[in-house]
Amino acid sequence: MSRVKTLQSLFKRYRRPGDIVFAWFALIVSVFLLSQLADQTQWRNGGKLFAQPRFWPAVSLGAMSLFAALHLLGSALSERINGRWQEVWLWLSSIEYAGWFIAYALVVPYAGYLPTTVVMAVALALRVGYRSASPLIAAAVAAGVIVVLFKSTLKVNLPSGLIYESLPDGLRQIMLTYF
Amino acid sequence: MENLLAGLEMLARWDVMLALFVGSIGGVIIGAIPGVGPAVAIAILLPATFSFEPIVGLTMLLGIYGSSMYGGAIPAVLINTPGTAVNALTSYDGYPMTKRGEAHRAVSIAYSASFWGGIFGILCLILLSPVLAFIAPMFGSREIFLAALLGIILVILAHRGQIFAAGMLAMLGIFLQTVGLDAVTYTQRYTFGYSFLSSGVNLIVVVLGLFALSQAFFLLTAPDSSPDAKPVTGKMTAGIKELLKHKRVATVASSFGVVLGMIPGTGEFTAQFMSYTYAQKTSKTPHQFGKGSPEGLIASEAANNAVPAAAMIPLLALGIPGEALTAMMLSVFYVHNVIPGPQLFQNNIDLVYGLYFALIALNVIVIVFLLFSTNLLTKIIRVPTRFLGVMILLLSFVGVYSLRNSLTDCMIAAGFGVFGLILKRLNLPIVPIILGMVLGGIMEVKLRSALPRLKTPLDMIDRPIAAILFGLIVLVLALHMRTLIKEWRAHQPDEDHDMHDSQTR
Repeated sequence: MSRVKTLQSLFKRYRRPGDIVFAWFALIVSVFLLSQLADQTQWRNGGKLFAQPRFWPAVSLGAMSLFAALHLLGSALSERINGRWQEVWLWLSSIEYAGWFIAYALVVPYAGYLPTTVVMAVALALRVGYRSASPLIAAAVAAGVIVVLFKSTLKVNLPSGLIYESLPDGLRQIMLTYF
Repeated sequence: MENLLAGLEMLARWDVMLALFVGSIGGVIIGAIPGVGPAVAIAILLPATFSFEPIVGLTMLLGIYGSSMYGGAIPAVLINTPGTAVNALTSYDGYPMTKRGEAHRAVSIAYSASFWGGIFGILCLILLSPVLAFIAPMFGSREIFLAALLGIILVILAHRGQIFAAGMLAMLGIFLQTVGLDAVTYTQRYTFGYSFLSSGVNLIVVVLGLFALSQAFFLLTAPDSSPDAKPVTGKMTAGIKELLKHKRVATVASSFGVVLGMIPGTGEFTAQFMSYTYAQKTSKTPHQFGKGSPEGLIASEAANNAVPAAAMIPLLALGIPGEALTAMMLSVFYVHNVIPGPQLFQNNIDLVYGLYFALIALNVIVIVFLLFSTNLLTKIIRVPTRFLGVMILLLSFVGVYSLRNSLTDCMIAAGFGVFGLILKRLNLPIVPIILGMVLGGIMEVKLRSALPRLKTPLDMIDRPIAAILFGLIVLVLALHMRTLIKEWRAHQPDEDHDMHDSQTR
């Protein structure tokens, strides 16, 4: 019995709520990817084992599945921590911000980098709970500084917005080049 | 000698000096803000530096890398929150000193110790470079393969108490770099018929997602807070005198930093813990440790600041990064067609010397800046965390989108951002994924190019350096097994703590 206990203690580890959910998820994904090995990679006849295109995916996914299984075992053998689903809900709620990010990327080529960034900064600041004028103004100013720093000064490769095309001649050129 | 001069000449340009200045001051500020950290900053700036010349881009990123730990000491000492993960032990002794009303003493000791460690690390790098230039050409494909394999094993084993998770994530990294069109056989791997996966999963997109976007999501989903740091009064030079009283601790701690910095996967953390333990064991007042001991503060700061220079050793000489930040820098080298590795010392030694001088200059710039501006930094620390989250999200866009104006990249980065958030919330490490991607790529290429010369598997280790590396791999694994068996017998499960938390920032 004591031997079983020590074996358990070997696998027990420091965790946070939601660990077991992640452990199951990781195992399912690893095993799924491993099951696709024959379909998604090829075996070249006559080639050496180590030079096969299948070799490294097989090694990494095999080891990943093994580690994922052991990780799950460790999680299952440790005490349960309350707040599991609350934590999972927080993970899911972060997808909203991922959506904000993708929407931002989607709009920039049309509405232009400067206007989108300023609107995005203020909207996000409002979304996360800032209501007074000073953080909102600070967000708009900081957004402006980011644009000037990266697009106008460092000439980072960002698209100019379609909306700029409708501006009057002189202004259009400036906006297309610098903002 | 002429190479030294050529190196100096490289730095004596206004754009390089400006990059160094911006990088080092920016690094201090970024390091001082809890929740940003050098990894986030380097990830964001990485694509922006692609348009610069190699030396300009590299000195800027090097500036951030080398100076962030100086800044990270400020919140560690003043508000008990390490600015960067590697300042964790600084708060053990720094914060009690602040509570005693000795904030300026603690901060100035931390600066002086950091400077000592930084310069010590660079001197070791300079002194070692003839040796490196001699040894590096002995590294052929199989040696580099074995060194990368050793790196992967060390990265996994360094995460004690989380080895299964670290192993899983490192393997995920290796798998990710195999996705796409195989460059040698021209066969598709895990593309599931999607054309955007044919070109593979871009390292920088993954880095930005896992480090920068995940941090933005992390801050945006957590309750808002605004760290309150009080201004510091007193002479900032006081720490230098105190440091000189503990030269032995500072030097030994820096040596730990150098040795562990060179070994992939170990880095600042282990160096800090080992030197702190050493300082406590050899101190005349060990009971003071954790209650505001200057020696503890010196041990931790000197050790972590010696690491950046040392971490450049495997990167420059072999092209093998030891942790996430050098892995990111490796991609800057690649973009500029400067391939770190044995040839670098033969063909681009002036660039290597230029980087050494840049490291020295950045330490000097930072210490001078800090002596005058600590109080300004205490104001910057107060930025509310959710506001910071908004800014990181906006900045991450610059990083991801400027790479190749691809919406798909943004989606992939957002996906990795959510994944990174989950890892951060669970206190699981992110670094193994990045190192898995980089080292996995190196292993695949090098193993393939070594194959034609191998008739039996034993040929893999028939050269002296390959044999030594193989011996090290066996030794590391054996030592780990021994510890496991010991722990099992002692009925003491290995309790892990929040210590790896910092690696993710």
